[in-house]
Amino acid sequence: MEAILNQLFAGVSYGSILLLIALGLTFTFGQMGVINMAHGEFIMFGAYTTYVLQEVLGKDQITYAFLLSLPIALVVAGAMGLLLEITLIKRLYGRPLDTLLVTWGVALVLQQLARDIFGANNVEVVSPSWLDGGITIAGVDMAYNRLFIIGLSLAITAAAWVVVGKLKQGRRMRAVMQNRQLAGASGINTPSVDRRTFFLGSGLAGVAGVAITQLGSVGPNLGTNYIIDAFLVVIVGGLGHLRGAVIAALSLGILNSLAEYWSSASLGKVIVFLAIVVFLQFRPEGIVASESRGLA
Amino acid sequence: MSQFAKSFLPSTRGEWSSRATFVGVAILFLFVFPAWLSDSRLDLMSSYVAYAIVALGIAIAWGNGGMLVLGQGLFFGLGAYCVAMYLALVEVGGAPNLPQFMTLLGSQETLPALWKPFNNLWFALSAAVIVPVALAATLGTLIFRSRIRGPYFAILTQALAGAFGILLIGNITLINGTNGITTSFSEIFGLKLAEPEDQKVLYTICVIALGVAFLLSRQMLKSRYGRLLLAVRDAEDRVRFLGYSATKIKVIAFATSAGLAGVAGALFVLVGPKIISPASVGIIPSITMVVWVAVGGRASLAGAIAGAILVNTAEFEISSAAPEYWLYFQGALFIGVVAFAPQGLAGAATWLKSKITSRGDSGATSTAKPVEEAA
Amino acid sequence: MSEPFLIDELLKIRGLEVDFDGFKAVDGVDLDVKVNEVHFLIGPNGAGKTTVIDCVTGMTKPTEGSIRFDDVELRGKKENSIVKMGIGRTFQTASVFEALTVEENLDLAASFRFSMLKLLRQRRGTTDAVERALEDTGLTDVRDKPAGTLSHGQKQWLEIGMLLCQDPKLLLLDEPVAGMSPEERTRTGDLIRLTAERCTVLCVEHDMDFLRRFADRVTVMDEGKILKAASTVAEVQADERVQEIYIGKGRGIEEQTQEAGA
Repeated sequence: MEAILNQLFAGVSYGSILLLIALGLTFTFGQMGVINMAHGEFIMFGAYTTYVLQEVLGKDQITYAFLLSLPIALVVAGAMGLLLEITLIKRLYGRPLDTLLVTWGVALVLQQLARDIFGANNVEVVSPSWLDGGITIAGVDMAYNRLFIIGLSLAITAAAWVVVGKLKQGRRMRAVMQNRQLAGASGINTPSVDRRTFFLGSGLAGVAGVAITQLGSVGPNLGTNYIIDAFLVVIVGGLGHLRGAVIAALSLGILNSLAEYWSSASLGKVIVFLAIVVFLQFRPEGIVASESRGLA
Repeated sequence: MSQFAKSFLPSTRGEWSSRATFVGVAILFLFVFPAWLSDSRLDLMSSYVAYAIVALGIAIAWGNGGMLVLGQGLFFGLGAYCVAMYLALVEVGGAPNLPQFMTLLGSQETLPALWKPFNNLWFALSAAVIVPVALAATLGTLIFRSRIRGPYFAILTQALAGAFGILLIGNITLINGTNGITTSFSEIFGLKLAEPEDQKVLYTICVIALGVAFLLSRQMLKSRYGRLLLAVRDAEDRVRFLGYSATKIKVIAFATSAGLAGVAGALFVLVGPKIISPASVGIIPSITMVVWVAVGGRASLAGAIAGAILVNTAEFEISSAAPEYWLYFQGALFIGVVAFAPQGLAGAATWLKSKITSRGDSGATSTAKPVEEAA
Repeated sequence: MSEPFLIDELLKIRGLEVDFDGFKAVDGVDLDVKVNEVHFLIGPNGAGKTTVIDCVTGMTKPTEGSIRFDDVELRGKKENSIVKMGIGRTFQTASVFEALTVEENLDLAASFRFSMLKLLRQRRGTTDAVERALEDTGLTDVRDKPAGTLSHGQKQWLEIGMLLCQDPKLLLLDEPVAGMSPEERTRTGDLIRLTAERCTVLCVEHDMDFLRRFADRVTVMDEGKILKAASTVAEVQADERVQEIYIGKGRGIEEQTQEAGA
């Protein structure tokens, strides 16, 4: 029983990372239909941002470096996303499959860039001392760093919910998401909304990268390990729905860790994949289906 | 019967010229390359020829059917592992004996049940095709039936390739995990894989397999079914409301692409590096296969072959000269071709042809056809 | 032309309901389409006309009700088997295969009963059905052109031609003349008249002038319900409620006709 509870905790922890990554994807995929494969590399650069700040500020300012890296990674990754949107993605509007391939090319370039700048070997990010250790409740070992990630993920999801649900920018995003042409015709500057959405979505990847530094070392391939699972979250959650993304991220996280526990780490992924295919038989549009009666 | 015989004769100028091109390319592959390339380069070329067979399948499924298959490494790997297991058993003298890596690891007492049927050559060869086809048909039916398409389908195939890679890596005792199975010291049909003379024969086998795969694929695309596939790509609902099962049409294309990848994998372990490992089957190799086809011009079969061979040759040249630049080059190729030249080499060829013919006479019959037919 | 007083109902819809997440797009619709008639289904935007057609063809799953075609229940059948029973449909925006030639478009439509094995064989020449459809639609001159290069009107005719190749019993047309020039409308009307000689037609349309010229009977829908059950054109035009829904939505029938004809 305790073992299962521990697995559940691990699952929630993994799920909250997936959520952090998938939030950004939900925005860009949901609003623009853009599959951004370089999203994983934005995570990676977010993680390296933490590393660079630690190197710059020195070993005695670990806490500052870590906390400071959250907003800075948001801006760094956001700026990278913005650049990508302006230079390439904008041209590929309406060609989702091509966008996927092009951004994969961008991902390859970014990986090699990281290798050239930071070296091919992984680098270590030191955790702030207050994230070392953990507490045990009802036999479940909860490491502080994992609790922190869960908290961060919750906070950012709440913030995203406020932005999308309450603020003007969010209303515009939803308008564009639901009917791009109509939104454009009613005076919304859709290209500008696209750019902001992309900045925000990519920025969140950077923040996710900072969080991930607390779980292990940082290397050029960091992003690729997470990106596919994050895309599966978006597919299972339903296009562009926050609620769906939350449920899907946690379910997939938990399923992942339970499947790996009951079978083996290598068989776990196959089981999760099959579970998703079976799930999609019943709800092809994901947990939260879009209200549409169109041809799509 | 005369109708049947007539069907082998070209009827238009376009057909004559494509027939001539086919013969020319066949001569290039069968005679010029063996005479010109060194033994080791020719052996490497064999593996590119095997890759070209995967590319044909991608051109069918993606270029013509609009299904972006990002998990071909899985089917390629299944074909490859099926034959590699046979080869690994041949190397140690047949069934009750353990393959080399198992003896070295000391992990198994007796040959695992999974391995036993692969002692038979014909079982291994047919499994290399049947297993990928059956898997693709099953998965395809489930996925297409619930109307999952476009990016969703692409991501699912990619996730599948990823899961398969992890599955292989995790199974060290059964199939040697990350290290994979090496086949250099084995033989098939009495051909020693390490022997340069036999390698030439294997090269010819690969080229003939590619030729046959090309002709069959072309026949498929020129048939009514091929037109239907394009129709499904562009207006799936219209196809359905003409009374066709769009699911069936898509499943056939997807399973064909998987079968071709299986054949390619089976050939791949006989030549070139003579090894199959998770590094050749996961997410990254799978998407790399799509680049070849993108470079060639997605819908064109000839383009797919050219793309596979040229990109792999370029990879070999660039990464032996300056390995750190290959990824930049590959990334740039991806971005450049897909974003700015989606017609790829086939598009360039069509453009060139139209330039030449428009200078000659304007009544050319073949150039008006869309790129899809540039096979 | 068709005989207006046949009693046999080819299509019989009873108590049809469609619920989109709480919104009743179709709410208890009864509709009878008689053999060989040209039946028009009219009503303002959002009345649920297209949804009714979607239900008949299996594209949308109804929440309640029955749809009987030739006395066989259609609910629960797949789109492609409904087509094979003899029901063809067009889409609001003509849907043809743009990368294929006109002839190939028609040929694919005509081959819909072929086995997969037969489909894998290469096409040699055309069938009579295709030649006849080329003639009927007046597209013989452009038979080798990609359908993507056709004009809007030509695409509509091609789509109708494709369905004619299939020799359907019932043809469902979704706004066949929307966005067409007056000449194109006339040609479309001629094509529909020709169609009506061979099969029963159910047509969703806004254009009143078009309706007056071609309809045998008309059913009016509003807000998911039947406002006026099948009647003659004159009866519908005289009905005050029908006038009201058109005027109530801002414009009168006559006004709309003029605008559409202009």
